[in-house]
Amino acid sequence: MDYNWNWAVLFQEPYAEWLLSGVYWTFAVALAAWVIAFTVGSLIGVARTVPNRFARAVGGAYVELFRNVPLLVQMFLWYFVLPEVVPEALGHWMKRDMPNPQYISAVLCLGFYTASRVAEQVRAGIQSLPAGLTQAGQASGLSTVQVYRYILLPIAYRVIIPPLTSEFLTIFKNSSLALTIGLLELTARAQQITDYTFQGFEAFTAATVIYVAIALLATLVMHLVEGRLRVPGMATREASGS
Amino acid sequence: MSAFDLSVITENLPFLWEGLQLSLLLTALAVLGGIVLGTVLALVRLSGFAPLALLAASYVNLIRSMPLILVIFWFYFLVPLVIGRPVGGLYSALIALVLFEAAYYSEIIRAGIQAVPRGNIWAGKATGLNYWQIQRHIVLPQAFRHMLPVLLTQAIILFQDTSLVFVVSLRDFMTATSIVAQKEGRLVEMYTFAAIVYFVICFAASILVRRLKGGTPQ
Repeated sequence: MDYNWNWAVLFQEPYAEWLLSGVYWTFAVALAAWVIAFTVGSLIGVARTVPNRFARAVGGAYVELFRNVPLLVQMFLWYFVLPEVVPEALGHWMKRDMPNPQYISAVLCLGFYTASRVAEQVRAGIQSLPAGLTQAGQASGLSTVQVYRYILLPIAYRVIIPPLTSEFLTIFKNSSLALTIGLLELTARAQQITDYTFQGFEAFTAATVIYVAIALLATLVMHLVEGRLRVPGMATREASGS
Repeated sequence: MSAFDLSVITENLPFLWEGLQLSLLLTALAVLGGIVLGTVLALVRLSGFAPLALLAASYVNLIRSMPLILVIFWFYFLVPLVIGRPVGGLYSALIALVLFEAAYYSEIIRAGIQAVPRGNIWAGKATGLNYWQIQRHIVLPQAFRHMLPVLLTQAIILFQDTSLVFVVSLRDFMTATSIVAQKEGRLVEMYTFAAIVYFVICFAASILVRRLKGGTPQ
């Protein structure tokens, strides 16, 4: 194997800036998409548990739809297809005047996709709670909304912190798919540096180290959060063995 | 843009079918390789031999914190360098998929092995079997029967993951769709078609897995 090592390339102009800008866009996509994923995912997850057949069906259809189409196809649907199928004026605006179309498409795509995964966790969290909680709430005169707001959700969210953490990490990894529609996030920048300098080892190692650092950091933070919010007597990471 | 034009799909059907075959081939090989390597990783992690167990755990955690696209790029760059000549996208993509999915499979298999009651292992030891014999004859057969639905669900995810070989222009179903879409200027039709095909395959498979899950005693 013949290879010229040159780690210094990572700190040279313009490659150091490329990497930094890649990290910036990875965070920008992942964090914005997480806001959508958490909000929409919570709504869909709750919808799948409420005593209303229509709401449950809509929630179920949402999850099946987003889970059974590859994320890459969804990315292309948001970026290439959506502007063609919406009303013409809106489509025109999306193609010509919408600022940063790659970024917006990537965020919407990742957000609504991850929402289907968050929804499954929220649903599982609510369903893991004993039915007695809901019954006790109803017996004391709370409405369905109040039962969710004051009893079920505060406990369910704390129970599902570990799986939500892994969804949060997945959104960082999945943000790399934004490169397929031309957004220069971290993975794209590493590939670009390789194309320009042929220093693939260095560029991909840098990207790998950054992804690992993101994973470690997020895991650590969520572990602290989980420790503070743990519900006494409920399943924990250790007890559930996951 | 004129109305939805189905002829662009029917005219290119043979080309798309070739792509789908490659997707299915990649899935089959990666599932096979992933399960074999994943089992080895899981057994090493549970063997109690600290240095190797640590190595396997580090590997699994490293891969699981990386995006698949980055792993595909890594091997697209590495494989020709190691072999010393260009080998095309297929082999590097296949290696990347196997090594990537093995990390996820090993976690499923590890959980499956741990779910086998300890008494089985003690009974094996009492009969004079060694570690590998116990795994081979007692633990793994039970574990795999229990894990089958989860392993198959992971295979559905893997089938979707193979679409990412698009980034190294390997002509799987996704890339074939994209080539036709660009060539004919029919992005709406082609990407909608891709979504429907993937959805039908994955949804049907997930219903089968769910039925299987109901059929096996827990």
